[in-house]
Amino acid sequence: MINASLKELATALGAKQISSVELTQLFLDRINRLNPEINAYITLDADRSLAQAAAADALIAQGKAGPLTGIPFAQKDIFCAQGWRTTCGSKMLENFVAPYDAHIISQFDNAGAVNLGKTNMDEFAMGSSNETSYFGKVQNPWDRARVPGGSSGGSAAAVAARLAPAATGTDTGGSIRQPASLCGLSGLKPTYGVCSRYGMIAFASSLDQAGPMAKSAEDLALMMNVMAGFDTRDSTSLQRDTEDYTRDLNQPLKGLRIGLPREYFADGLDAGVAKVVLDAIEQYRKLGAETVEVSLPNTQLSIPVYYVLAPAEASSNLSRYDGVRYGHRAAEYTDLMDMYCKTRAEGFGAEVKRRIMVGTYVLSAGYYDAYYLKAQQLRRLIAQDFEQAFKQCDVIMGPAAPGTAFKTGEKTNDPVAMYLEDLYTIAVNLAGLPGMSVPAGFSNGLPVGLQIIGNYFSEARMLNIGHQYQQVTDWHKQMPQGIE
Amino acid sequence: MSLTIDDVKRIAHLARIEVTEADAHATLEKLGGILGLIEQMQAVDTTGIEPMSHSQDVTQRLRDDVVTEINQRELFQSIAPAVENGLYLVPKVIE
Repeated sequence: MINASLKELATALGAKQISSVELTQLFLDRINRLNPEINAYITLDADRSLAQAAAADALIAQGKAGPLTGIPFAQKDIFCAQGWRTTCGSKMLENFVAPYDAHIISQFDNAGAVNLGKTNMDEFAMGSSNETSYFGKVQNPWDRARVPGGSSGGSAAAVAARLAPAATGTDTGGSIRQPASLCGLSGLKPTYGVCSRYGMIAFASSLDQAGPMAKSAEDLALMMNVMAGFDTRDSTSLQRDTEDYTRDLNQPLKGLRIGLPREYFADGLDAGVAKVVLDAIEQYRKLGAETVEVSLPNTQLSIPVYYVLAPAEASSNLSRYDGVRYGHRAAEYTDLMDMYCKTRAEGFGAEVKRRIMVGTYVLSAGYYDAYYLKAQQLRRLIAQDFEQAFKQCDVIMGPAAPGTAFKTGEKTNDPVAMYLEDLYTIAVNLAGLPGMSVPAGFSNGLPVGLQIIGNYFSEARMLNIGHQYQQVTDWHKQMPQGIE
Repeated sequence: MSLTIDDVKRIAHLARIEVTEADAHATLEKLGGILGLIEQMQAVDTTGIEPMSHSQDVTQRLRDDVVTEINQRELFQSIAPAVENGLYLVPKVIE
């Protein structure tokens, strides 16, 4: 049951082989046993989860079940869920109980799904290793001495250790795809604007996008059917017709044109990762795809551009944490200014402070044109690179991360080395394109993800491309040792 | 371009983050590395390129001018650090 697909779980629930309460309890028991070490979850509330499961069982008994009814999901702790503590991995929100539901949470609730708990993450989603969380590091289930990636590291570890059938994540610069790659999962960052940001704690608003993390592309498609959709409460939510993301899963891949960006296979890519990715591409050729070399010449620039734009937006978004309306407030202060400064010094961790300060600096008087405006101009060049590439191909493939999971502590003292983790993912966010990582094999016993980048709104096709690969490979079904 | 310790303190103040002398020195080193990375942007000539602030070419939606939200003051203030009579309490700002 712990390795079952969402479809298999729905079938078992529908056939009364297991109830939602039993299924939820099964995962809660596993969490109680394994989470003290793995630390994938920050907050659990078994009573709430089981009450939702009982309600789902009633729906199933009445014959009113949808595809996800009764299935438990782990929710990244960036999504506000009414009555649940919602911390965003920060001391600032250590005792914040959300007074309302994020759109994504409502969508899962309306589908009759069960909220299994809130998963650990880098503080305010700023990190690539889950080491910046106020609530402690997360272990990679494939090697407990290594990081699960980040920022959706708790969600990735939870699904990899089978502490949840699937989970939600968010991706601002690679925070779904990189941990999916490092933990051997499938993860999709949709086109910007497809999933509502309402109630999703903001990091960099023009880049943040929610998405599913699961074992297979088919599971991702089923979750996308619940997560995607127009929401008036998010001003950047796109008004589009409802899609069935499973509709193309079984299409053949014959004639698919895959673009291989030469910059994604250049210096900086681990040789073991390169081999796995090239083997996966060979598998696609066997499935009838053709490959063509393309170029994304501004790839290297995506990192400096991102580290101007994301901190700039973050410094503005995080100005709301002032100790007045909610969240942490310093115990002692002399006046209002002192209250702000002490509250924020105490409430934020080192990496968050650094990014707020970088953002403050690049937006400060006299520097705007040299940094922020310049970065926005380069952002257009980066988006145009993809536009050119998609004239030659249907999708782009390459690695999701430059290496496999690295050792805990290895990059904590060098922010710039940590930032390079996102070399192959960041440009996708800057352009607003959809990107996905699917398990493609192992290098030295550690999972490697293949990244699939599609054109705007091509998620259904990308899921088809992932699914067809998963019909002829079983990397997505492999489980780490020691989680029985 | 390199930052000084006074720059760090000025930025921290603008960001409303208290820094100790030791914090400022540690931050100076880390920010220096990040700004060095950012500096790579200056190698590209971007004259005449229109800035891109957003990936989708969309305009702000309008809605009817009607009340859509209900008053939830008590709920929202229940999580505030300090409130009194429906007001948020902060240190005195006007003498």
